[in-house]
Amino acid sequence: MTEMGGTPIPHAPGFVANDTPRIVTARFDYEDSHTLERYEATGGYRGLRKALERTPEEVQTQVRDATLLGRGGAGFPAGVKWGFCPPGVWPRYLVVNGDESEPGTYKDRLLMELDPHQLIEGCLIACYAVGLSQCFLYIRGEMAVAQERVARALNDAYSAGYIGKNILDTEFSVDIILHWGAGAYVVGEETALIESLEGNRGMPRLKPPYFPASIGLYGQPTIVNNVETLSNLPWILEHGVEAFTGIGTESSPGTRMVAVSGHVQRPGVYEIVNGTTTFRDLLYSKEMCGGIRDDNQLKAFVPGGGSAPWFTADQLDLPFEASQVGPQGSMLGSGAIMVMDETTDIPAAALTLTKFYAHESCGKCVPCREGGTWLEQILRRVVDGRGTPRDLELLIEVGETICPGDFPHAAIPSKGIEAVPFPYRMTTICFVGPSAFAPIHSALTLFREEFEAKVAGNENRTMIEVAVDVR
Amino acid sequence: MKFFSEENLELADVIISRYPKPRSAMIPLLHLAQEQVGWVTDDAMAEIAELVGTTSAEVLGTCSFYEMFKRHQVGTYVINICATMSCALMGAEELMEHAERRLGVKAGGTTADGMFTIEGAECQAACTEAPCLQVNYRHRYRVTPDEFDSIIDELSSTDHNVPDHGVLSQIRQHIPEDRFVGAVPPGDVASAPVWMHDEGVD
Repeated sequence: MTEMGGTPIPHAPGFVANDTPRIVTARFDYEDSHTLERYEATGGYRGLRKALERTPEEVQTQVRDATLLGRGGAGFPAGVKWGFCPPGVWPRYLVVNGDESEPGTYKDRLLMELDPHQLIEGCLIACYAVGLSQCFLYIRGEMAVAQERVARALNDAYSAGYIGKNILDTEFSVDIILHWGAGAYVVGEETALIESLEGNRGMPRLKPPYFPASIGLYGQPTIVNNVETLSNLPWILEHGVEAFTGIGTESSPGTRMVAVSGHVQRPGVYEIVNGTTTFRDLLYSKEMCGGIRDDNQLKAFVPGGGSAPWFTADQLDLPFEASQVGPQGSMLGSGAIMVMDETTDIPAAALTLTKFYAHESCGKCVPCREGGTWLEQILRRVVDGRGTPRDLELLIEVGETICPGDFPHAAIPSKGIEAVPFPYRMTTICFVGPSAFAPIHSALTLFREEFEAKVAGNENRTMIEVAVDVR
Repeated sequence: MKFFSEENLELADVIISRYPKPRSAMIPLLHLAQEQVGWVTDDAMAEIAELVGTTSAEVLGTCSFYEMFKRHQVGTYVINICATMSCALMGAEELMEHAERRLGVKAGGTTADGMFTIEGAECQAACTEAPCLQVNYRHRYRVTPDEFDSIIDELSSTDHNVPDHGVLSQIRQHIPEDRFVGAVPPGDVASAPVWMHDEGVD
């Protein structure tokens, strides 16, 4: 397989098949799922052919009618996003967001390693529908195997006439250029992704404009879509809008991939029915995660990637439906569920996330650059037993500089805690700053007693004593 | 002083030709430089600046933003041990302690023989297979301390397929000349692509 010597390293494990409909993972059972031969033998590039039989406008309408919600985190409908391109402004570009790095998120890498042609076909359909004249497939730098799989798939698809000049002997022509990053979480934010693709430091751009569809790459209209979102397109084109909207609910049709990690019996990546599957189905059913490890009790879980406010057992019956999860204080985000059982040291767990976001701050906005580091330092001394009760207030104070007002959190009826709905207000350009505060706020709101236990006995320590006590 | 080998210089030109603006090739070219010698030297940044039409300072600005670009020599094998939530819940701290003991260096350090660098890393998109690590950005899953030892033994032998640090994808994108549409500076495009006919989409 490799051209520079050596034999390939096995691809990613993690996917668990179950009996729900399989839209994007249908080929995952084949060992050669990433090859053009297998892709063509299993209906591959049929969606593209169907698209090319229609006008671009018809394809755009179809995708809009399918209510394909973006799978990257924000959940914005792809068809609506496409419609934001200003009329008459050319050229337009497609940038594929394959920079998956939200803590807990593990699906785009599987799609790129196991079914790269499906992604390529999705890119082609998008380019045809919206008149995008060049596509840049941006893969996270730290994913060497995904880069190899996609490079090979692109080479094969170019040779077979699926990409490049006069695709399938039509007047539709587009290049797909493989591009890759070099390690920066914030580049997953779409305007930072564009900055990075222009050869700059990957810092998010000021908003407005809110969507790069109006001003994006080189100042031109640019569509930025997530890998999983685009991977849905071939199926929608091949099977039709009704088949797609027939799965899941009206506002959240189709399926979505979720990764469940942490303290469950069977961690894994699952393709689940959107809108109807509940967190309880996912975490406790025999077909999926099979319950909490060692028959322990569930303490808390992160429902939508490291940035999402936490849930507890009280929210298990919520379905994967944004309109229900939002009012309960969190978000579905990137489909990443991280599970903590009763043995978990909650402040320490929160620290692993806050440390991540503090580290990944790009430095553009002061509240995030300074606040993230402060939050990490204060929380670290609390976790180590060096903090004081005043530190717990300080955490909130610093957090409120990044996110003024009530920060969203889940309800715990038994403790008399009511939910504050998502989203939050923020003083930063992007969500990295608020994300450093989210785990702390959730942990402090839901499990304050664990923090108080860590600072107990330190009431009389002065700030100077705390500051010089560096371990 | 010239940095790129003749072969890589040709490759650099091909990479640049794929973008509407040369500067977009900056990150791929920095990777190419790192592939050639294992890290990004000052000479490499100066030559990249020339190739994409900017200054060395601009190249350093971009280079220094991204974690993967090393501006000093690192080990032949860079081992990144994930420490973010899912891995932390499943024993990442113990794994790092074991790694530091086994290799006799702290996180961030390189062994005296120049073979191994260990780094604490952030989420690697393998959260269901925690704790995980990467060797030169290739994943290893559910790594126990014993398994860490066998990975080190494996890498110390010649019987493995992990390329040296700097090499990412071992497959390059080839675009056949007769199929390449070509990249045009955005200012040179004024009309809709041919298949959009009447711009009816808007």
